[in-house]
Amino acid sequence: MELTSREGWTVVHGLVLGTVFLLTFGGGLAGLWSLRPGFITAKGIKERMTRLYIGTSTMAVVAWLTVISGTWIVYPWYRAGLAGAGDDPYAGCTGLALPSDTCSPRDFLKSNVSGTTETWHNFGMEWKEHIGWAAPILATAAAFLVIYYGPRLIARPWLRAAVIVMFVGAFAAAVVGGVFGAFLNKVAPIV
Amino acid sequence: MRDETRQENREAIPELRELHLTEKPDGPGAAAMLAAGIGILVLGLLTTLSEVSTGLHDFLAKFEFGQGVGPLAGKTILAVAGWAVSWVILAILWRGKDVDIRRMFWIGLVLGVLGAVLTFPPVFTAFAG
Repeated sequence: MELTSREGWTVVHGLVLGTVFLLTFGGGLAGLWSLRPGFITAKGIKERMTRLYIGTSTMAVVAWLTVISGTWIVYPWYRAGLAGAGDDPYAGCTGLALPSDTCSPRDFLKSNVSGTTETWHNFGMEWKEHIGWAAPILATAAAFLVIYYGPRLIARPWLRAAVIVMFVGAFAAAVVGGVFGAFLNKVAPIV
Repeated sequence: MRDETRQENREAIPELRELHLTEKPDGPGAAAMLAAGIGILVLGLLTTLSEVSTGLHDFLAKFEFGQGVGPLAGKTILAVAGWAVSWVILAILWRGKDVDIRRMFWIGLVLGVLGAVLTFPPVFTAFAG
């Protein structure tokens, strides 16, 4: 039972960091949602805010690590042009059921050698690789707002709602990346 | 519209009264909101313009530094730079000041949604040359 270096990085990028991101999002959203008057005591607020500061900051850091590892480590393996020979840009993919040393995942999907797969790249990967970068930007802004205003958010429901919108926006961007990442790795795994 | 009653709101909440919180100006918060929208708009604009202009596409690919990332490198580096620089500039401009944070949130939201739409493949490929 072993993982290659590339498989290991896809696990770190998608599974490990993705799991921590999900956990911190769930905790952060619950914390922000219940940041309302009358819900907790002054002592409880202090304890809750410390957790919220750590949770939202961790989510932002994890979001950055996810997009950086995805773009600069995993993505080059995905998009490498390996299959071209002569006039046929996908010659190396002929007869394959999965990507190989002569056919990168991108080559494989665009070649349509195993069904109609090019939309996975043209829509799924193209959307994921771009919108994913909105997640760390929004998560960082939300974490900053939580730390800057702290318990004052309790007295300002509108502002708290605005922070939740940004926080959920970061999650939504990450969901696009995560869902398509999972499907793409199923249809055309990085080998 | 500014939250005129925030001080009064805090005073009316017993658990917050106990914490003796000081007032904080909205400038830094508004800067964070608006800058996030600007960063995502830059990302969306570069994604779409890269489809329109081969010159820009090639320029963005130069940011990959031989790592095989292609134009995505330039799009994301410049979007993050746009976000960070705009945040720093706005934070300096609005340091210690009260600005209309609701307005800045809505402007940031519109910019962010527009940027997100421009990263949607059916949209940016419609501009492909």
